[in-house]
Amino acid sequence: MSDSKINMVAPPEGVTGEGFFATKLNDVVGMARANSLWPLPFATSCCGIEFMATMASHYDLARFGSERVSFSPRPADMLMVMGTISKKMAPILRQVYEQMSEPRWVIAVGACASSGGVFDTYSVLQGIDKVIPVDVYVPGCPPRPEQIVDGVMQLQELVRNESVRRRNSPEYKELLASYNL
Amino acid sequence: MALETAYIQEKLSQKFGNNVLNFEMKRDIFTLEATPNAIHDVIRFLKEEEDLNFHFLTDLTGIHFPDNDETHQFAVVYQMHNWVENVRLRVKTFLPENPETVTITDLFLCANWMEREAWDFFGINFIGHPQLKRILNMDEMVSHPMRKEFPMEDSGRTDKDDRFFGRTPVNN
Repeated sequence: MSDSKINMVAPPEGVTGEGFFATKLNDVVGMARANSLWPLPFATSCCGIEFMATMASHYDLARFGSERVSFSPRPADMLMVMGTISKKMAPILRQVYEQMSEPRWVIAVGACASSGGVFDTYSVLQGIDKVIPVDVYVPGCPPRPEQIVDGVMQLQELVRNESVRRRNSPEYKELLASYNL
Repeated sequence: MALETAYIQEKLSQKFGNNVLNFEMKRDIFTLEATPNAIHDVIRFLKEEEDLNFHFLTDLTGIHFPDNDETHQFAVVYQMHNWVENVRLRVKTFLPENPETVTITDLFLCANWMEREAWDFFGINFIGHPQLKRILNMDEMVSHPMRKEFPMEDSGRTDKDDRFFGRTPVNN
């Protein structure tokens, strides 16, 4: 290990003794989730190209535990919506979101996914938060890969601090109900 | 010998008389108008007549003219091309409110999607079309968005500033 460049994630706060380490289950689960987010790219336009750069060796999203890009929604944790979503595409995006298993998070990458961007028109969905709940918005048109990485890191922070009970809470169910999910 | 516009005009006038009118050279393409009753026969004639031979339908689309009189509210524009002589032709037909015209899918299979597009955006009903339904917009849409009475912007927009979208007379 001495000459290795591998960065280990720091353990959560806890009590260390001889042969044991005590901490909260919440923190352990949060740490594990935050450092193994499987992204599901939903790339429709130029932001998707930036995402390709983000995944490639130079920016290397794999450093954050997102090595495995999931092209099936079922095992994916993090839906990354990149690009203009037309209204005709909206039901498909919803379906993809519905097929993801809990816990699931959503990042809206770029102006179009966040608000419709320059497309102030009848055929374009004015932000994906009209149809699915969004956790992190990444601004930019398109955002640089650094910004996308920053968005993922912001999400990691959310995931790390999320209660394991959150997905069963009435507030969360209410949130989903407000989107008719 | 190249295909002369005067010859096209003469052939059409001979065959269709007053049903073809307003011949003119407009933006480098010879343009004519046909009455809605005659349009199908005009297109067929242009395609099938040996020495006209407009065998290629480049485009078919609609236009909305809300300021025109009642019988000229909509136009259907057919762009045709004779590849052998490399001559193009634009045929227009004007339609009233609730526009309806005959399909030309029996002459040109490519007209199928073009007519669906014209239906989608202008609500022009092509009688006899095998599957006249929306092609680009979502099926649930109720408006025909390229008609002038429908707004361009989405009604659900929440955080858009009109100034940045050229929707105010003065942008400052």
